[in-house]
Amino acid sequence: MNFAFSEEQDQLRDVVRRFVEEKSSEEEVRRLMDTEVGYDPNVWAQMANELGLQSLHIPEEFGGQGFSFVELAIVFEEQGRRLLCSPYFATVALATNAILNAGTTDEKAALLPGIASGETIATLAFTEPNGRWDADGITMVAREDGGGWVLDGTKMFVIDGNNADLIVVAARTAGTSGEAGISFFTVAGDAQGLTRTALATMDQTRKQSKLEFAGVKATPLGAAGQGWSALSKTLDQAAVCLSNEMAGGAQFVLDMSVEYAKVRVQFGRPIGSFQAIKHKCADMLLEVESAKSAAYYSAWAAGEDNEELPVVASLSKAYCSDAYFHATAENIQIHGGIGFTWEHPAHLYFKRAKSSEILLGDATYHRELLAQRIGI
Amino acid sequence: MDFRDTSAEAAFRDEIRAWLSENLVGEFAALGGRGGPADERGWDTRIEWERTLGRDRWVGMSWPEEYGGRNLNFSQQVIFNEEYAKANAPARISFFGEGLFAPTLIAYGTHEQKSRFLPKIQSVDELWCQGYSEPDAGSDLSNVATRAVRDGDEWVINGQKVWTTLAHRAQWCFVVARTEAGSTGHKGLSYLLVPMDQPGVEIRPLRQMTGSAEFNEVYFSDARTSADLVLGEVGDGWAVAMATLGFERGTAFMSQQLAFQRELREVIEVAQGNGRSKEATTRQDLADSYIGVQVMKYNGMRMLTDLVARGVIGPSSSIGKLFWSNWHRTLGERAMDVLGTDALLVASEGNGEYELEDFHQIFMSSRAETIYAGASEIQRNIIGERVLGLPREPR
Ligand SMILES: Cc1cc2nc3c(=O)[nH]c(=O)nc-3n(C[C@H](O)[C@H](O)[C@H](O)COP(=O)(O)OP(=O)(O)OC[C@H]3O[C@@H](n4cnc5c(N)ncnc54)[C@H](O)[C@@H]3O)c2cc1C
Repeated sequence: MNFAFSEEQDQLRDVVRRFVEEKSSEEEVRRLMDTEVGYDPNVWAQMANELGLQSLHIPEEFGGQGFSFVELAIVFEEQGRRLLCSPYFATVALATNAILNAGTTDEKAALLPGIASGETIATLAFTEPNGRWDADGITMVAREDGGGWVLDGTKMFVIDGNNADLIVVAARTAGTSGEAGISFFTVAGDAQGLTRTALATMDQTRKQSKLEFAGVKATPLGAAGQGWSALSKTLDQAAVCLSNEMAGGAQFVLDMSVEYAKVRVQFGRPIGSFQAIKHKCADMLLEVESAKSAAYYSAWAAGEDNEELPVVASLSKAYCSDAYFHATAENIQIHGGIGFTWEHPAHLYFKRAKSSEILLGDATYHRELLAQRIGI
Repeated sequence: MDFRDTSAEAAFRDEIRAWLSENLVGEFAALGGRGGPADERGWDTRIEWERTLGRDRWVGMSWPEEYGGRNLNFSQQVIFNEEYAKANAPARISFFGEGLFAPTLIAYGTHEQKSRFLPKIQSVDELWCQGYSEPDAGSDLSNVATRAVRDGDEWVINGQKVWTTLAHRAQWCFVVARTEAGSTGHKGLSYLLVPMDQPGVEIRPLRQMTGSAEFNEVYFSDARTSADLVLGEVGDGWAVAMATLGFERGTAFMSQQLAFQRELREVIEVAQGNGRSKEATTRQDLADSYIGVQVMKYNGMRMLTDLVARGVIGPSSSIGKLFWSNWHRTLGERAMDVLGTDALLVASEGNGEYELEDFHQIFMSSRAETIYAGASEIQRNIIGERVLGLPREPR
């Protein structure tokens, strides 16, 4: 048993940390969150060309580097610390995994090299206006039309939907329900009949879109009607990635709180010497360390692709969601009035924590899923 | 990062399994894994079982070989504990001797002291108790008032200890006492090893909320111990006492979560039996407890990896203590929720008997766990000040 990162993995962390610190200062986050695209294409290109981040866990035969989810987790954690505004989560955690899980060898060979090189920004469109994260939430019907497939309907909360060159869509064949009859398709971002609307997001650091499909021609990805197990696995893997991102953000706000508690003086002494504040910080540390343990372990399970993954993914998503939100909320309280201002970064993390919590299903949803998965 | 056994670890695991399947039979197996170090159910059989373990050096397995140990490293100890828990083997009684005192003795004792005491701990001929707390020295242990004065080649001890678990069973007590007249605080304390069976030691049982009396008041009235039975230097007792607390908060509880997993499984089974497991809030609670016990396991594995790499745990062991004690307390409350009206009744009542079911035992005994080995508030102070570096409160 060994629960430590390797030396190479530590080096990767150093490189990514330096890069993200340089490219995603608070000032830059604020600049980007006010733009419609919400990311910097130059940074995206550097991530691909200089660091190879988009290709990290793509197998070598498809233009990638063949690393595991543990390396990916490191990248997400570091991005989470600095709220890096980027279509990385949509492209790597969602679309890439969906293609890897669902696609045939030929489909992977056609789609993945573009992602690996940073040319293609991609996303996964599966949620709908009903806001559900399970199989029943997918109501969009794919119909066959003259030898091809056509999509009609609306996808909501699609992360970086407006930025994506490639959209992986989950839809179902007419007359099916639940986990049966779900299929994947791919659609180009500029496909005819597709209307993309940027949504006004509460968390401005991660862009979302509404995608309206009106007779959009779509290319099948994987076997028709057999998509659920690949989608379910994709959501588990994405939950693992998001958990690590949340753990990184939680650590960052804890550091922010502790720093402030040491220097802010009231009643003639630093507020961190008051137990009411000190004990909050202690509880935050306990939760942050625990979130990391859960997130890292889930990354290992995802990398091994073992039977533990579904349980561990839900466990990790539930724990990290609660821990991150709690940390960001306490961070505001510990900062007092300044923590409530627009100028202070506390709200950026608070909002990112809430949106990340809801994304892919909140803690309550995942505890229920976990209960089912462990046979309660 | 790899959570599988190495081939050496797998071989060691097999050795333990084989030993357990050969020895954990009959009345030993019938005991099951219930209870804790301060739980006297099945006492005599458990003593016998512990002696069986000791005979084959599974008591003291981490000690150096010259004192009868196996010199096992932390990972091996954890593997042993995992297999032990999986086999549902009896709860251990030598917690204070093997778990707390022995590692302190190994760190601070002289060769004579180690040779004198370790074999008797291993053979389970001598049990130990912990003489720290006093009426005016609880969280603030440095306020200890029990005095010890040299008289020829003996120490003469006067004072009172309280909450001394299993004092009525123990042959020896490690006592924190003031050996420098007029000293205050951390200074002038010594760590004395005192025999319990003597006229100067009086033990008065204290009944706990669980109904049984596992802890006691201990009165020292001119009690005596030999001059050479000081652990560490005279006057340096604080450092020695803190080392014991480090073991208490850290390694001694590292395998705690294994027993917790079994308890949670039992709570889930009862919920499935009485239908509560279909209720949304109960499902949330049970899933949350499951998450907690798994996270405890992951935290433990991270801590262990760190320990193996660096050799020390340090103040971050407070995180573990805080986590498990809170988790267990919540499990106790949830177990009561799951029982519903069945929680209103205990196993037996009347004639001075007040006997608890297992779930009541968890529900009640867990209230002590956030108090002993450093109350949760003290753990938060330690985490805040020694891990996060926040300024100390005025003292
Ligand atoms: C079941 C059980 C078994 C025990 N066994 C033993 C044993 O074998 N040997 C032994 O020596 N002792 C034993 N103890 C005693 C235990 O170590 C003490 O109870 C513990 O140290 C707390 O001391 P106290 O009870 O005096 O409470 P106090 O120290 O009076 O604490 C009361 C409350 O005040 C809080 N408090 C105290 N100081 C602070 C502070 N600075 N900041 C914030 N809050 C604070 C505490 O957290 C607690 O909530 C046992 C206790 C129990 C319950």
